[in-house]
Amino acid sequence: MIASLLAQVPIEPIDSGIVHVAGPSIDWLALLPMLILLVGGLLTLTFSSFLKKHAPKRLFTWTTVAIAVAAAISVVPMWARVQGWNSVLWWNLDQAHTGPFSTAGGAVGIDGFSLFITVVLCAGVVLAALLADGFLRRESMSGPEFYVLVLLSAVGGVIMAMSNDLIVLFIGLETLSIAVYVLAGMNLRRVQSQESGLKYFILGAFSSAFLLYGIAMLYGATGSTNFVDIRDFMAAVVPIHNGLLLLGLVLVLVGLAFKISAVPFHAWSPDVYDGAPTPATAWMASGVKAAAVAGLVRVFMLTFSNYASTWKPIVYVLAILSMVIGAALAIVQSNVKRMLAYSSISHAGFILMAIEANSTNGITAAAFYVAVYTFMVAGSFGVATIVGRKGDGNHQLSDYKGLVRSNPWLAGSFIVLLLAQAGVPFTAGFFAKFLAITAAADAHAVPLAIIAMVSAVISAFLYLRIIVAMFMSGGDDGTEDVIDRSKRLRVPFAASLAIGICVVVTVGYGIFPDLLLHPARNATPAAVQFERPTDSINLGSAGSSSGSTTAGR
Amino acid sequence: MTASLLSSVFASEGASSFPILPALIFVPMIGAVLIALMPSSRPELSRQMAIITALLTGILSIALLIEFKTDDAGFQFVVQQTWVQSLDIKFFLGVDGISLFLVVLTGILFPIALFAAKPEHSPKGYYAWLTLLMAGCMGAFLSLDLFLFFLMFEITLVPLYMLIGKWGHGRRVYAATKFFLYTMLGSAFMLVSIVTLAVLAGAGDKGGVSFDFTKIIATDNLATSTGRWLFLGMAIAFAVKVPSFPFHTWLPDAHTEAPTAGSIDLAGILLKLGTYGFLRYGLELFPEATVWFAPVMLTLATIGVVYGGIVAAMQRNLKRLVAYSSVAHMGFALMGLFALNVEGIEGSVLQMINHGITTGALFILLGFLYTRRHTYEISQLKGIAKVAPIFAGVFTLVMLASIGVPGLNGFVGEFLVLLGTFIAHRWWAVIAATGVIIAALYLLWAYQRVFQGEPDEANKTFPDLKISEKLVMVPLVGLIIFLGIYPKPVLDRIAPSVKRVVTRLEVQVDGFHEPITRNGADLLHITESSHTLTGEHALGVATNGQGANQ
Repeated sequence: MIASLLAQVPIEPIDSGIVHVAGPSIDWLALLPMLILLVGGLLTLTFSSFLKKHAPKRLFTWTTVAIAVAAAISVVPMWARVQGWNSVLWWNLDQAHTGPFSTAGGAVGIDGFSLFITVVLCAGVVLAALLADGFLRRESMSGPEFYVLVLLSAVGGVIMAMSNDLIVLFIGLETLSIAVYVLAGMNLRRVQSQESGLKYFILGAFSSAFLLYGIAMLYGATGSTNFVDIRDFMAAVVPIHNGLLLLGLVLVLVGLAFKISAVPFHAWSPDVYDGAPTPATAWMASGVKAAAVAGLVRVFMLTFSNYASTWKPIVYVLAILSMVIGAALAIVQSNVKRMLAYSSISHAGFILMAIEANSTNGITAAAFYVAVYTFMVAGSFGVATIVGRKGDGNHQLSDYKGLVRSNPWLAGSFIVLLLAQAGVPFTAGFFAKFLAITAAADAHAVPLAIIAMVSAVISAFLYLRIIVAMFMSGGDDGTEDVIDRSKRLRVPFAASLAIGICVVVTVGYGIFPDLLLHPARNATPAAVQFERPTDSINLGSAGSSSGSTTAGR
Repeated sequence: MTASLLSSVFASEGASSFPILPALIFVPMIGAVLIALMPSSRPELSRQMAIITALLTGILSIALLIEFKTDDAGFQFVVQQTWVQSLDIKFFLGVDGISLFLVVLTGILFPIALFAAKPEHSPKGYYAWLTLLMAGCMGAFLSLDLFLFFLMFEITLVPLYMLIGKWGHGRRVYAATKFFLYTMLGSAFMLVSIVTLAVLAGAGDKGGVSFDFTKIIATDNLATSTGRWLFLGMAIAFAVKVPSFPFHTWLPDAHTEAPTAGSIDLAGILLKLGTYGFLRYGLELFPEATVWFAPVMLTLATIGVVYGGIVAAMQRNLKRLVAYSSVAHMGFALMGLFALNVEGIEGSVLQMINHGITTGALFILLGFLYTRRHTYEISQLKGIAKVAPIFAGVFTLVMLASIGVPGLNGFVGEFLVLLGTFIAHRWWAVIAATGVIIAALYLLWAYQRVFQGEPDEANKTFPDLKISEKLVMVPLVGLIIFLGIYPKPVLDRIAPSVKRVVTRLEVQVDGFHEPITRNGADLLHITESSHTLTGEHALGVATNGQGANQ
């Protein structure tokens, strides 16, 4: 990418002797979602240092929510452009260009998929911020850091989702990860949190090294780090001595599989999920996973899609291992956060199954799954946040006993979210699984689909265990359905809003799946060559309209 | 031929202006939501709401029965509404002679189950789940979209899981979890089969995905081996649900621990989803595989009949006994299906209905017994006939129907099944016929131990049936006698659709001819409708010269 940037800065002596230098043209509007998150995060940090103790207590929660919502809204014009719409609601658009495009010198690609994931990430930020509100006050951790870190890691996620270049992907991944390492270790009063932050950091640094090494090898093998260039290269040549290419691919896969916690790169996730502050865990399981899936889709399904016969078997095995081992290890846990961590490994396997299909259906399924999973898992960890009580330590299964009697609405929401994760019909979780196995069946991977469904049954046992703890124990046998107010847990308004959103979305998309399926089908990544416009922005002072300095093709 | 079948399928579209089929699903569904929204401090409101909902649905199902056109073999009252456009998933409902009576059975049995038993605690949730279960059952029987069917088939798990797990007895959580996981495992294979079928059949626009049942049966894109694998996937799900030997082990646990209403609906309705599934989504979707697998299925069914009976005889718990008798009776239903002739399949559908009525009635009576004595153990009960003669009398009648005594409903179905199987595969029928004797053995033996002799101290104060309990039993006893004496109205409505299925098998499978006897007309003068049916088939025999297979 550096090379490509340099290549387009031709220095041409013009009559007057003034040197005109043209940088890559940047479509700022296209980067707006990322910029809103970035500037929002930085401003939050800046202003908080002025306000210090005078900040109204819910200020940062709601500013974070507003920033994320604004970022999500700023996606709309781009989405309209990519999809070639003429109008959004009453707003008529006069589109000069439609369809996916690439900008910033080919560093980022704006297409349906990147925009879809951007919105998913924004939703994840909203949910994490809402869950954090009550949590931070309960744990006396109030301060803007949590929100800033979530926003900054979301920036990294958005960069990953729109990356069109391996280096940009890496930058995004690091921006995302470093913020999340800090998030994981944020709870200073809990030693597990410290441990989880450190563990995540060390292992994450390792995986980043793998990724970077893989990128270097891919560059060596293909001569470029740009996705489109690599794609063109792969289409044009038949690599014969492809050891470097294979090694590069595998290392990149390892780096990204670590982030979605696919088996055998999962060992960190139960410890980290368990130790991290619960709202941070919610963000890790939703946002980080969505961004990493976006990275996988862009590298494997977009860049190396016609080299699929090489990587498909590896992903096939990863998918099986993740689904089965995740489900099997989940059922032997007694800590709900660890259970959810293992089940999230199993869900990663389902997403890998969709990626393995290497088809349009597969992309749709992966996008749908990620979107739905964000809500299911954020809601589930939201309940865990509340049940964790002061100290964030009560996550044993026994802590959920009789929850239906003390907090019937909370328990009911959790039941819905757990059943959705189990894939019970009329929830979005069912459709997500259904689309994933449809993609697999369509790609003639029926054994994979069967293993997926069997592992779904295994993990159903886990969800039933939690439901049993909440619903069928706690002395309700033979007694009246009395709501036991004495043990009632206080549910902060913001958290109940977040959990409510998750439940409504999960059930709503389960009954009207077309609402999400339609955008997910349009969320296709596109390999578009960066078109250097003829009237690019000139850095020179005079004669800029002469348009003499384009390095177009 | 297929085209004409299809045209007959759609001939009756729009026959009724009132959307009766969606109403059958949505009335209980809305009722369940309303019950859930009621204050838990007023439990009597939720009970009233549940009864109103279930009765209304029952009345709708009776109206459906009245409106149903007897001679129409295709789907009636068809309703179609696109749901997920890109995958051609539709809200597609229709009813034919096969599903009609299962719908009516659902409509009758649920209100009765509500009247027959009250929850021991937490009434609101109980009634909400029960009405939701009703909606799920209706939906599963009415769906003509594979996807919708799967949703409905699967959604029934949740209410029943909750009912057993929260309102059951003893090891209720264990039983509920076992039931849920066992059935879900079966459905997992079914889902893969459905998806693969939808992709491979390519019945949608431009060869795209479609889950439309009528479109899929019109295609012919499946390789023989693929069809067999897909059938196997479906068969696992249905065999678990029936439950067929060797997938039956969840049933006794679920029944034993379930509350009375749960048992009634589980045995009466939910098990039929399995046999109904075999008929609709096995025989109709995969004709070739059906014929190929028929001997295996017949063998499993026969083992189920005999094994279920023997194990039932060994039980010390009355509910377990009835549960195992269900395995045996559903074995008959499964057997009739895979005899692959009109008599067998008709008998099988009838057996499903009869089993729903008699076993439902048995579980209600056991529920009455439990409320009085708080036990199902045979050893704890003695001489009840002395102290509760009416209870014993009703029990005797229902038991005789379950055994299959002529003149009561159980006989007609079992007889037709055995007849059909005898024609197709003689020795299987001979072995299965011993199942009838075993049924007499275990039921009469249990009756003897529980009802006869001198009542001991604990059973001396056993109160007889109350007036409300008698009223609950009236419709079921009436049906038992009516269907035993005059099953013609039922058979008349089942027959055209069954014939459609069998004709399709003959058309689709090379070299397959319906197994019928050379002098079928002589054998079959038990019911008029069967008689007329075999009359036609006897003509067919003359031309194609096919006799009994064995």
